[in-house]
Amino acid sequence: MSDNSALQVLKPSDFASDQDVRWCPGCGDYSILAQMKKVLASVGAPREKTVFVSGIGCSSRFPYYMNTYGMHTIHGRAPAIATGIKAVHPDLHVWVITGDGDGLSIGGNHLLHAIRRNVDINIVLFNNRIYGLTKGQYSPTSPLGKVTKSTPMGVIDNPLHPLSIAIGCEATFVARTIDVNIKHLGMVLRRALEHRGTSFIEVYQNCVVFNDGAFSYATDRETKAETTLELEHGKPLIFGKNRDKGIRLNGLDPEIVELGKGITEDDLLFHDEKAPEPSLAYLLSRMRYPEFPEPIGIFRAVEQPCYDELLNHQIDEARKQKGEGDLEKLFHSGDTWVVQ
Amino acid sequence: MATSGASTESKSSPKKTSKEVIELTSATVRFAGDSGDGMQLAGMQLTNTSALVGNDVATFPDYPAEIRAPRGTKAGVSGFQIHFASTEIFTPGDKVDALVAMNPAALVTNLPDLVKGGVLIVDKNSFQPKDLKLAGLDSNPLEDGTVQGYQVHAVEITRLTRLAVDGLGLTQKEADRCRNFYAMGLVYWLYNRPLDATLRFIDEKFARRPAIAEANRRALLAGYNYGETTEAFLSHFRVGPAKLSPGTYRNIMGNQATAWGLMAGAYCCGKELFLGSYPITPASDILHELAKQKNFGVRTFQAEDEIAAVCSAIGASFAGAVAATSSSGPGIALKSEAIGLAVMIELPLVIVNNQRGGPSTGLPTKTEQADLFQVLFGRNGECPVPVVAPRSPADCFDTAIEAVRIAVQYMTPVFFLSDGYLANGSEPWRIPDIDSLPKFPVEHPGPAANGEPFHPYTRNERLARPWALPGTPGLMYRVGGLEKQDITGDVSYDPENHQKMVNLRARKVAGIAQDIPPQEVEGPESGPLLVVGWGGTFGAIETAVRDARKKGYEVAFAHLRYLNPFPSNLGDILQRYEKVLVPELNMGQLRYMLRSEYLVDAVGLNKVKGKPFASTEIEEKICEMLGK
Ligand code: SF4
Repeated sequence: MSDNSALQVLKPSDFASDQDVRWCPGCGDYSILAQMKKVLASVGAPREKTVFVSGIGCSSRFPYYMNTYGMHTIHGRAPAIATGIKAVHPDLHVWVITGDGDGLSIGGNHLLHAIRRNVDINIVLFNNRIYGLTKGQYSPTSPLGKVTKSTPMGVIDNPLHPLSIAIGCEATFVARTIDVNIKHLGMVLRRALEHRGTSFIEVYQNCVVFNDGAFSYATDRETKAETTLELEHGKPLIFGKNRDKGIRLNGLDPEIVELGKGITEDDLLFHDEKAPEPSLAYLLSRMRYPEFPEPIGIFRAVEQPCYDELLNHQIDEARKQKGEGDLEKLFHSGDTWVVQ
Repeated sequence: MATSGASTESKSSPKKTSKEVIELTSATVRFAGDSGDGMQLAGMQLTNTSALVGNDVATFPDYPAEIRAPRGTKAGVSGFQIHFASTEIFTPGDKVDALVAMNPAALVTNLPDLVKGGVLIVDKNSFQPKDLKLAGLDSNPLEDGTVQGYQVHAVEITRLTRLAVDGLGLTQKEADRCRNFYAMGLVYWLYNRPLDATLRFIDEKFARRPAIAEANRRALLAGYNYGETTEAFLSHFRVGPAKLSPGTYRNIMGNQATAWGLMAGAYCCGKELFLGSYPITPASDILHELAKQKNFGVRTFQAEDEIAAVCSAIGASFAGAVAATSSSGPGIALKSEAIGLAVMIELPLVIVNNQRGGPSTGLPTKTEQADLFQVLFGRNGECPVPVVAPRSPADCFDTAIEAVRIAVQYMTPVFFLSDGYLANGSEPWRIPDIDSLPKFPVEHPGPAANGEPFHPYTRNERLARPWALPGTPGLMYRVGGLEKQDITGDVSYDPENHQKMVNLRARKVAGIAQDIPPQEVEGPESGPLLVVGWGGTFGAIETAVRDARKKGYEVAFAHLRYLNPFPSNLGDILQRYEKVLVPELNMGQLRYMLRSEYLVDAVGLNKVKGKPFASTEIEEKICEMLGK
């Protein structure tokens, strides 16, 4: 019945619910919300077949603002709930909205397992490297030494790197983008939507209140050309204001080289998002500021069977092999006896 | 002799015996050995065979928590008890009439349960000094007087089994694995059981290993013939068929009945079943059973943990499946927050708790009823969840259907509160006519084209909200764990609304009392004593009450299936008796509820030893309270 509406021409505003958006003014979440509506409208995503599932945290309010089906669940569990939805209703488009605390701290386990199963969901992790909703404690992605309410003398636990984890779980789609880079953000969301299997997107998201400027190195007009590197499939890794620097492999390690002086583009590492082995994608995920420019874009996009598809395939196969289940037959299977 | 109603003919059983046959109305047999000795299999086979000859049966497997406890030690002893009778029975038996002990550890740990003068069969070959040492014994119990007063049959089971399978090319280890079939054969002879069902089982189970099949066959027959031909046994027993109500029967285990009940529940409302589960003793068999039923559209998901298990079920329910999650106490503890979410977003969900000894990891393989408070209260906030409890392995089927009915009709999570004793126990089950199952079709709201926002928190006469499914045009709505505005379902922090919603959720669950059968009482309508029970203690209480009545005691019995809400007439019933006794395998949780709810001075009979009640324990208490 929803086929008609799939053909409808939708505007971004058709995806807005009647709820007032309640993030702090200037929060990076607004931009992600706006791009999401735009992308869904542009691809004509049917609203009734779209479900947003979230956990707890600032980002997790997201489903309330979308005029689609939605579930604002409990802390960290959105991937597990999304897995259940897809298992029984594989033709829904399911988005999981999570944050660095929700997805990597309390919900780390579910994130790993949803990714390794390759459930056909899109996970968008808003990384602001802080706990915003609970007002400013450090998060699992906060850098060492960071002073927060709960670390007055600085963070002493090593941060997690979301993409390294996703790639470690052999995610079939891995990308990074930045809240203020709206064109890039829109492109990444659209690519995630098109991907079958788990899409994992890390969005650098500025929390203006508790961690303002955490990503200014990557967003400032002055520095971003030197501190970020836009990945393009099949292209060499080049960056810099004058596009005169590149990444070359030295053994198993990346190194920054200057183009010219005997070094040409052909000496550089070429990006292959379709590489079946995740090793290079992992290597890219370990390129971090300030030692390296941080890659943004699609790290990895490979095709692999999805959990929900396999599960439903088994159901079909079982029906084919054994016939539609019959309770009467099941109950009488094995040894029975009759009492007169 | 009464003719057996069994449809199975005893084709391949050895010829009629020449020895004396003693008629019994019931017998209790226990196989005990090392956890690697195949005692569970032996017990299951005897159960099946006894059911097929028309006996009423009840079983109690008792196995160690450690999968691989050191061989021959007391910690590794595994047992399976079966009670079969020509009358209706409700328990696996308090005491054992015949004990098979495959080694010294099994003997000394199980002997206290054997009736004085009972039959004791031991494998004489496994009482060597090293075996005694493994069992921590200084002397041989076969020689030091321990087994005095029993009918001892020290049979060379190991040696005779090896002889029986000689020439089949088996290794000694493989040959010794047939010992359980030898012991089984002996017990089959002792109780005049036909061998054909077990021979059939051997054919099927070892179809791909003909030598092993042949070895087991030979061992079984050798054991049987040993009883028949040697002088060791002078007589044997017969237990005739029971007068069960007419119908087609099968033997069923609690976990299997639970799984099938969930499937039937989904069938009764015209939907497909989803189970999200994480392996845990004693609930994993529900997952195993349902994983096999894919051609019924049953989707099972073995989650990464207990939380994901319940959350996946909540997701599946949101998307329109009949959803369940199965676990035991420690897993339920992990699921609590998500169950609160299901209460808040008002989605149907069945949560199976097969209770085991607690707290913490507790006694994983032992039974207990100490999670009643957990399921009633173990969540934050005012968070009512209906609770139903099955009374016997077969009753798990009907109770699971009822759990599904309440869940989908009231849009609420429901606890199915069972226990390890029911989960692993088995009994004959009269297979229901599919058409006789209750029907409770679910209606989902259809598409809306008026452009108005859909209001997910309107309510019907049961106070249930509409179950609108993703995929339906025009009904897009958002739910979540934050308090909901009445009717619209929007997030609301309004104090008046919160009070209203707490009241509504409570009233919805309380209202279920109008929609369940009134509590029945067995025995006098009023009088000196009412026994109130719930869950797996039914069999022991029923037996105790019947036995006490036979002795002239005036006692009534009410067994509760509905623990939240209680049936609406329960308060009246409790007032009609001078005394109320509540036997429970906990320290008094239902008693506490009855006292606080109805202000009755209920008395408890409580035990937490990881074992079910013996009916005599309850009977003694009844007699004591009636003061005669
Ligand atoms: S606290 Fe930070 S992340 Fe949360 S809404 Fe405000 S700015 Fe955004």
